[in-house]
Amino acid sequence: MHVEVRGLDKHFGSFHAVKDVSFGIQKGHLIGLLGPSGGGKTSILRMLAGLESPDKGEIIFHGKRVNELPPQERGIGFVFQNYALFKHMTVFENIAYGLKVQKAPKAQIRDRVMELVELTGLKGFEQRYPQQLSGGQRQRVAFARALAPEPQLLLLDEPFAAIDAKIRQELRSWLRELIERVGITSIFVTHDQDEAIEVADEIMVISQGRVEQKGTPWDIYKEPATPFVASFIGESTQIEHAAKLHGFDQAAKASGTRALIRPEYVEVGRRNEFTLLSATEEGVVRHLHFRGSQWLVEVEVGDQSLITYRSLEKDALQVGDSVRVLVHRAYLYNNERSWIAENRFKADPMSVMI
Amino acid sequence: MKKLWIVLTYLVFAVLLVAPLAKMTQSAFANGWSGFVEAISRPEALHALMMTGLVVVCVTLLNGIFGIMTALYLVRGKWLGRRLRSVMNSIVDLPYAVSPVIGGLMIVLLVGPDTALGSFFAGIGFNIVYAFPGMVIATLFVTFPLMVREIMPVLEEIGDDQEQASATLGAYGWTTFRRVTWPSIRWGVAYGAVLTIARSMGEFGAVLVVSGNIINRTQTATTLVYQDVENFNIAAAGGIALLLAAFSAGLLLLMEWTKKRREVH
Repeated sequence: MHVEVRGLDKHFGSFHAVKDVSFGIQKGHLIGLLGPSGGGKTSILRMLAGLESPDKGEIIFHGKRVNELPPQERGIGFVFQNYALFKHMTVFENIAYGLKVQKAPKAQIRDRVMELVELTGLKGFEQRYPQQLSGGQRQRVAFARALAPEPQLLLLDEPFAAIDAKIRQELRSWLRELIERVGITSIFVTHDQDEAIEVADEIMVISQGRVEQKGTPWDIYKEPATPFVASFIGESTQIEHAAKLHGFDQAAKASGTRALIRPEYVEVGRRNEFTLLSATEEGVVRHLHFRGSQWLVEVEVGDQSLITYRSLEKDALQVGDSVRVLVHRAYLYNNERSWIAENRFKADPMSVMI
Repeated sequence: MKKLWIVLTYLVFAVLLVAPLAKMTQSAFANGWSGFVEAISRPEALHALMMTGLVVVCVTLLNGIFGIMTALYLVRGKWLGRRLRSVMNSIVDLPYAVSPVIGGLMIVLLVGPDTALGSFFAGIGFNIVYAFPGMVIATLFVTFPLMVREIMPVLEEIGDDQEQASATLGAYGWTTFRRVTWPSIRWGVAYGAVLTIARSMGEFGAVLVVSGNIINRTQTATTLVYQDVENFNIAAAGGIALLLAAFSAGLLLLMEWTKKRREVH
C-alpha cells in the first residue's frame, strides 16, 4: 500500500519525540527506519499502526487519511520487538488469532495457518507453546501471526534485536526473501546499520525526531546529506582541521571546516605502492590491530590521526614506521554546508609534489 | 539453642492455632453430635447461614467485576493521568487501614435512615442500612482491595504488548479482554475470589454496625456467634464457628491445590 506521512509531530510530556516528519513510501517497498535509540523511530512506527496518536500531521494510506482509524481498522500487521506472542496459545492458535477475530470459516483458517506455517518453516511446531520455542522460532511465529490476516502494510519494531548474532544473519535474508515473495509494503525499525543496509530497499535515517536523510542504502552511504548521517553510517574518523589534509587545502579553505573520513577513503603504504606519489603525504603508524581478515591501521598525519584498513596480502607494517598516506575523498562540513570533496592532486596529476 | 527455638515455635503454633481450634471443636460437640446438629439447624442459625451465603455470593460477584475493572483502569488507564491514578491507587488500600467498624459507621452516616440519601431510598422502598444492601456494601468495602491487589501485579507483569498485538490483529476491547487478558489474569482473579469469600464470610464489625443484628432478618453467621456467646450459649456458638472455620479451611486447601496444579501446567 502507498503510505504518505505529512508533518507528523509527537510529544511525550515535555519530550519532543517526533518533529515535523514527512515522507512517502512506494507500494511494495521495504523501508528501514535507522537511527540511534530514543531517536523517535519506534514512535513513528507506532503512530503508523495507530497505537499512538500524533499531536499534529497526517497519516495517509492509499490516499485516505487514517489518523482517526483505530489500529483494528488500518489493515496493518505489527511485529513487536519482544514478539508479544499470546503465551497461553499454541503456535497454531497464535497465527490463527487474526482470522478467528474476523470470524473466518474454520477450514479457511486452517488452510491459511498451514500455508504460513509452511512458509515460515515452523512445520511440526504447531502445537507448541511460545515458551517452548527458540528466539528465532518465536520471531517467525510473530511474523506469521502478523501476516495471517493479509495486511496491506507490515510494521516491524526492531525485529531481530532479541536474537543472537549468528541466527540474526540467517533471519535477515530469510525475511528479505519472504517479504519479496509476499510483496507487501513493509517498514522496519532498527539501530543496526548493517541490518538496514542489507535488508532495506530504502533507508530513512532518523535522529532526534527528524528524518536526516531518505534514500537507497547506496545513496546514503555514498552521499550522506548531513554530518550526522556521515558519522552514523559506516565507520569514520573526524578531523578538526580539514584544510591541513594534503589535497584538501583548497576545498576546505573556509575556516572551521571539518572532515569525516571513512577508512575505505584512506590508503597507507610504502612509497613504492603508490603510482601517484604527489597525492600522498607523510605519516607515522601509531597502532596496528588485527581484525581477522585485515589490519586496522591507525596512522598519524601531522597532528591528526586517521584510520584505515590494510590487506593481509600486502607487506606488513610496524608501529612507528614512516608511511605514505593517500586520502582519496573526504566528507567536509562547516556551519553553512556539507559536501564531498576529492583529493585535488588525484584529479590533477600534473601538479608537482612540493 | 536451635532446639529451643524449634520447641518454642511449635509451642506458639500450638497455643495460637491448634489449641483454640481443638477447644472450639470440643465445645461444638459438648452435647454430642446431636447437639451440634441442633445448634446449626436452629431456625435463626439457618437464616444466619443463608444471609452469610447470600452476602458472600453477591460480594464475590460484585468484587470480581469491579475489582477487575478497577485494576484494569489503574494499570492501563493512561487517560486518567499519572497523578490521579496514584491517588486512586492509595485510596484502594483504605479499607486495610480503616477498622471495619468505622467502615460500617461511614455507610450508616452516608445512607442511614436519618440522612437525606437514606430517606430518599427508603421513600422508594429501598432500605439500605439495617437491610441486605447495606450488608453487601459494608462487606464490599472491607474486601475491595483483596481482588484489586491480586490482579494489579499480574497486569503490570504481562504488560500491554499482547493486548496491543491483539488490537493490530483486528480485535476490539471485549474480544481482547476475553481472549488475551482474561487467560492471563484468571488465576489472580481466582485467588482474589478465594480471599474475598473467606474474608466476607468472617466479616463481623462492619456488618454488625450496618445490619443492626436483627434475628431472622439481618443476622449473619458471625453476628449470631457473637450473640450466642453473649447469651452464654457456648455450645451453639462453637457449632456455627466450627462450620465457618471448616469452610474457610477447605477453601484454603482448595487454593493450595489449584496453585500446585497450576505449577504443573
